[in-house]
Amino acid sequence: MNSIIHPPQTWVRQPFIKSKTVRYCIYAGVVLYIILAFNTLEVNWVRVWEGLPRGQKFLAGFTPPDFISRWEEIVDGVLESLWMTVVSTVVGIMISIPVALGAARNIAHPLVYFFCRGIIAVSRSFHEILLAIFFVKFFGFGPFAGFVTLSFATIGFYAKLLTEDIEDTSASQSEAIQATGASWWQWINYGIQPQVMPRMIGLGLYRFDINFRESAIVGVVGGGGIGATLNTAFDRYEFDSAAAILIVIIAIVFLVEYTSGMIRKQVQ
Amino acid sequence: MAVSQQGNLKVWHRFDRKQQWISWAGWLTGTIIFVYCFQLISEKTFWMFVWDAPTQVGDLAYRMIPPTWGYFDKIWKPLWDTINIATLGTLLAIIIAVPIAFIAAANTTPSTKFVRPFALLAIVSSRSINSIIWALLLVAIVGPGLFAGIIAIGLRSVGFIAKLLYEAIEEIDPKQVEAIQATGAGRLQVLTYGIVPQILPAFAGISVYRWDINIRESTVLGLVGAGGIGLQLNASIMELAWSKVSLILIAIIITVIFSEWISAKVRHAII
Repeated sequence: MNSIIHPPQTWVRQPFIKSKTVRYCIYAGVVLYIILAFNTLEVNWVRVWEGLPRGQKFLAGFTPPDFISRWEEIVDGVLESLWMTVVSTVVGIMISIPVALGAARNIAHPLVYFFCRGIIAVSRSFHEILLAIFFVKFFGFGPFAGFVTLSFATIGFYAKLLTEDIEDTSASQSEAIQATGASWWQWINYGIQPQVMPRMIGLGLYRFDINFRESAIVGVVGGGGIGATLNTAFDRYEFDSAAAILIVIIAIVFLVEYTSGMIRKQVQ
Repeated sequence: MAVSQQGNLKVWHRFDRKQQWISWAGWLTGTIIFVYCFQLISEKTFWMFVWDAPTQVGDLAYRMIPPTWGYFDKIWKPLWDTINIATLGTLLAIIIAVPIAFIAAANTTPSTKFVRPFALLAIVSSRSINSIIWALLLVAIVGPGLFAGIIAIGLRSVGFIAKLLYEAIEEIDPKQVEAIQATGAGRLQVLTYGIVPQILPAFAGISVYRWDINIRESTVLGLVGAGGIGLQLNASIMELAWSKVSLILIAIIITVIFSEWISAKVRHAII
């Protein structure tokens, strides 16, 4: 009798990272990093503990939200934010289009390419707040500085994503247009633009939505809009009004996001 | 296809008459709205200050160049803090966002009517409020420092990660889940063997992408007292040491581009 005894086998799920060495190196790296990071964290737990009742009082100050006593200022701020959003989205997109064309590898000359990529990198690297600090210094307090900030920030986002879409366009379509003897403008207008149009509209709406959200913070450093109202409410310790403003912001963001989502679904 | 007759010539147009009118009307309304909004902004603007901007720019450039290179020694620690805020904040967000995402996804939620709306509301609230505003609140509660920054970044990122993750969960292939169910697996087993492997690449991609955004956000949290390089930046702006400011800005650019490069590499390796 020769019977082969098989050891009991169990199936084990394939790991996400296949190579064992790489996997354990990553685990070790993560653990090491967390230890290092926590060592430099210096959390003052006493302060946190002391802060908790204060935080409770603070949060209690937020309820109930007070829509009434500052209603006019809130409406003013929201409207100002909306104007800023509209104007900065439009201007930002108008500037983004030439930058995106310049930064697309299949269209632009290498020199133009690096210049335009540089503009995008600078615009993407700096947070809106940082830009706002500088633009408030240049243009003075108020919505104009906020509008310039948001327009500039729009370039980094819109031009980058549009560039990627332009680079993904089908070369055969644009070659077909070139083969008819089209000029540069005609080539862009009939060969490239129809291919990227749905994406452009979708991105524009998405950026509108982001710009409204960001307009709530450029006001914190003097750029106008609902952020200025919010900051004032904080500074005056009127937390119930601040809560009302936050709720209004959430509601409007929700509304804008919902409508822009609907339109984007229709377009794409 | 729109072709118009001009004498003996037939000319092709991209749009027919009706489409042209519609697009023209669209442009007109758009332009009117734009001009109206700009008008309202311009009423609130002191144009004197705006025209003065070139002088201001020149003046600032004069003060900012050259950067104080020696100050570099002092910003290593804040830069390290900034990266920690972003990383630990992202980790915190992942821990909170994963359960929310499973509750918010229509195909894994325990109850569509009672629990899902709350998860969606949590996602929208977290996304609508900028991390600066979260930081403003948290500095008052837990005190200034890194800890407030980490929680602010975490709370803001929850909505982002949960939203993208629940969309990924809703797009999974139901056949694989059914196959696991057919073996008689329990709910938890279906989750770990049927759903998780399908969303893992998306999950890793989303997390790294958010980490990269968080690096950028954590550079400014210091402006409201939540730690990181922003503290140094704010201090330098306050004391009008513009040559230090320009050095910090250079450091921020390098960090952000570096993190973007890492994130792109990792996402490329996963997908």
